[in-house]
Amino acid sequence: MKLFIYFRMTVNLAMMFGVSVLSLYAQSPVIVQPGAPGQPTKILPANTTAKLPPLSPKDVEFMQGMIHHHAQAVEMTAMIELRTANKDVRKIGVKISQSQTDEINMMKRWLVIRGEKTEMAMPKMDGMKGMDHSNHMTMMMPGMLSDKQMEALRTTKGAEFDRLFLKGMIQHHEGALVMVKDLFSTAGAGQDAEIFNFASDVDTGQRGEIKIMQEMLNKKPKKEKR
Amino acid sequence: MNRVKATFNFIAIMFVIFGCFAVGTQAQGLEPAPKLPAGMTGSNPNDPRTKLKSGVYDAGEAAMGIKHIGLLKKPAAFDIGTDPDSPMVEKALKALGIPPGTPIPAAVKMSFAPLAFANSDIAFQGNRLFMGNFYGFNIYDISSPTAAKLLTSVICPGGQGDLSVHKNLLFMSVEMPNGRLDCSADGFPAGSPNELPAASKDRFRGVRIFDISDISSPKQVAAVQSCRGSHTHTLVPDPKDPNNVYLYISGTSFVRQGEELAGCSDGNPDKNQNISRFSIDVIKVPLASPKDAKIISSPRIFSDDKGKVNSLNDGGSHSNVGKDGAIRIEDTDQCHDITVYSELGLAAGACSGNGILLDIKDPANPKRIDSVNDKNYAYWHSASFSNDGKKVVFTDEWGGGMGARCRENDPNVWGANAIFGLNDNKLKFGNYYKMPAAQGDSENCVAHNGSLVPVPGRDLKIQAWYQGGISLMDFTNPANPFEVAYFDRGAIDPNTLILAGSWSAYWYNGSIYSSEIARGLDIFELTPTKDLTQNEIDAAKTVQVGQLNVQTQERLVWSKKLVIAKAYLDQLERSQALTSSQIAKMRNEINKAETSKNTKKLKGLANSLEKTAKQRKSEIDIARLQGLASILKQPEMN
Repeated sequence: MKLFIYFRMTVNLAMMFGVSVLSLYAQSPVIVQPGAPGQPTKILPANTTAKLPPLSPKDVEFMQGMIHHHAQAVEMTAMIELRTANKDVRKIGVKISQSQTDEINMMKRWLVIRGEKTEMAMPKMDGMKGMDHSNHMTMMMPGMLSDKQMEALRTTKGAEFDRLFLKGMIQHHEGALVMVKDLFSTAGAGQDAEIFNFASDVDTGQRGEIKIMQEMLNKKPKKEKR
Repeated sequence: MNRVKATFNFIAIMFVIFGCFAVGTQAQGLEPAPKLPAGMTGSNPNDPRTKLKSGVYDAGEAAMGIKHIGLLKKPAAFDIGTDPDSPMVEKALKALGIPPGTPIPAAVKMSFAPLAFANSDIAFQGNRLFMGNFYGFNIYDISSPTAAKLLTSVICPGGQGDLSVHKNLLFMSVEMPNGRLDCSADGFPAGSPNELPAASKDRFRGVRIFDISDISSPKQVAAVQSCRGSHTHTLVPDPKDPNNVYLYISGTSFVRQGEELAGCSDGNPDKNQNISRFSIDVIKVPLASPKDAKIISSPRIFSDDKGKVNSLNDGGSHSNVGKDGAIRIEDTDQCHDITVYSELGLAAGACSGNGILLDIKDPANPKRIDSVNDKNYAYWHSASFSNDGKKVVFTDEWGGGMGARCRENDPNVWGANAIFGLNDNKLKFGNYYKMPAAQGDSENCVAHNGSLVPVPGRDLKIQAWYQGGISLMDFTNPANPFEVAYFDRGAIDPNTLILAGSWSAYWYNGSIYSSEIARGLDIFELTPTKDLTQNEIDAAKTVQVGQLNVQTQERLVWSKKLVIAKAYLDQLERSQALTSSQIAKMRNEINKAETSKNTKKLKGLANSLEKTAKQRKSEIDIARLQGLASILKQPEMN
């Protein structure tokens, strides 16, 4: 208590004599923000709190669209079990299924926390009678397989399934790369740390998987010739 | 009353945010570990670290040989999670139908934006510690580790805030699109979903250079833009040129548009020879005029001798199929981090799909001289040399650091260190080391950044494992690495994986400092264990450096103080390279010499040690015997 009064007096005295209070508190941390190169650094108030960059409608659209996009990839990998015994296809299928299921959960959390819906808002579909949801979505997300392509997968087995699956998944992955490129090409988008990190992972991860699947496809004919 | 309400809301929020996706086995968004692959061993579920109580600041702790001496919590200026009035938190609560101002448990708040304000890498100079953050950096006074304090918080967002320090300059990596030349936290206006282009002259992705002559007011003097930004960078001194330093930039994210930065281009490497991938960037910094720093080359360190830029893409592999039946995932089109050892003219690059060795005698033109792959590796993340340059420790950041990868069913050779021997510029695999304790589903855990601990006669590395804690590894014998000490906390939350844990754990002048992603700056001391004596710790503490950038390795040198001799003796006792009567005799003579200051008898002992060294086979023991002899011949008396 005594110490406190003494302290207050010191501060008051210091203020009375025009000594900067700041210098008395030389030990307390200072918050600063540098300027652009060559520009001065400014001092920010002690009660400054952190701030997130703006969230772009494109970010939300990207996450909602990617959930839908990923869901089709998971649907495709679920067909593997009954349609092929090819070890390589099965292996990459498990890998894709696991990572994309994981990512769907992450994207949903990201959206809910930001008070956004986990599904895309459906645009008005005037003059588009006869077109159902899935068809419309298929058109919207780059690289997604058409109903016809999905049906073809569901009705083949063995080597032909492998070929269609790999071709389809490459097309699907390339679409994801387009979505990432599109995100980062849009003004104000991709600034959120989580979305940046996730989109960067999609880019490197799916690029790598495309390469593997292409090698698997290229390898096939040789095998059959033997 | 309040308490009941808070509890109710906690459950409500947790349910809505995390419980709503509870489907089948994926309860609360957590992925259970897949089955352990046949023939592999998982992490140890019977370790005291496995089932620690979770909590933000009240989590359970377990330690062996490491004493926690302090935590400086992340300043409020770097944490939106502690601000219930933030628009984002408000918006989320509104969406969940919860009145604004309701108290929210810290763990839930942390899940709102765990990465945007994450603590990252650390650099040291004198009594100052510089801790990077995705939102800027913080400068601490560590002249007394038990009373460390924050001096300056610098707001300058852009992630991930990898730092290096050299004389009056501080270098900082920026890679995210919210990075601005003027350090503003405003980012760029949200725009409409289809507004093009994103290009802006105000955006900054690359390496910032600050003048830190005034520690309370760092000034930005230069900002060197690069095509993929800078995920990490490494300070590269030129032993022949004291007037310039170099920076090797590792960019791992998307290539920016040519409209934003001239010369940047993406595409297919077979068609576009100028593609801004498959290279690193080299910045030259004139120390007298840092504002003139610029990129002077972008060496194609993955090319073959025919000039094919993407020749090195063996890929990491364990979850994947290639020539040998392994699927390969990572394309080697980037390095994640590079460690240089300029005295040796060498650098070790951890480059996504491969580990590589570079000749850096000409720092502006690094050349690849060896590369390795490993069937158990997913993502080559970082590298460190042993002090003698005869070993390299690589790390595998399987899952990117955001995933739980130390569970009972996660193989102990995935997401682990790989220790390689290095002879005649050739890397040869020795063994793996993974922090041995099984961690929970809600703890992100994988090998991450660490530094050497300067115990003479041994190779020791203290290392961060995210929420797996920190672990001290002995890799003196690359075929048989083992754990010497550890510290670990429980998860932030038991049901939800919230990004946290140690990003970097480094030894600096006698203490261990760890950048806890969510919680703040942790400070530790080593204490003796059955595998580490007080003499060895004291010997390590004698090594004092003026500056430390861990990825810029400088040779550790020990004095000839008798405490170093005592450390060697303890090691020779442990390895039974000397008999117990020999050990007792030497200890006795050393103690006597310390009091009498008469070192005559020690010289006699040195001669007999040199003879013994000639009869021994173990290179490790021979080095210790010779090290001990050289001190006893000419001890440095206090």
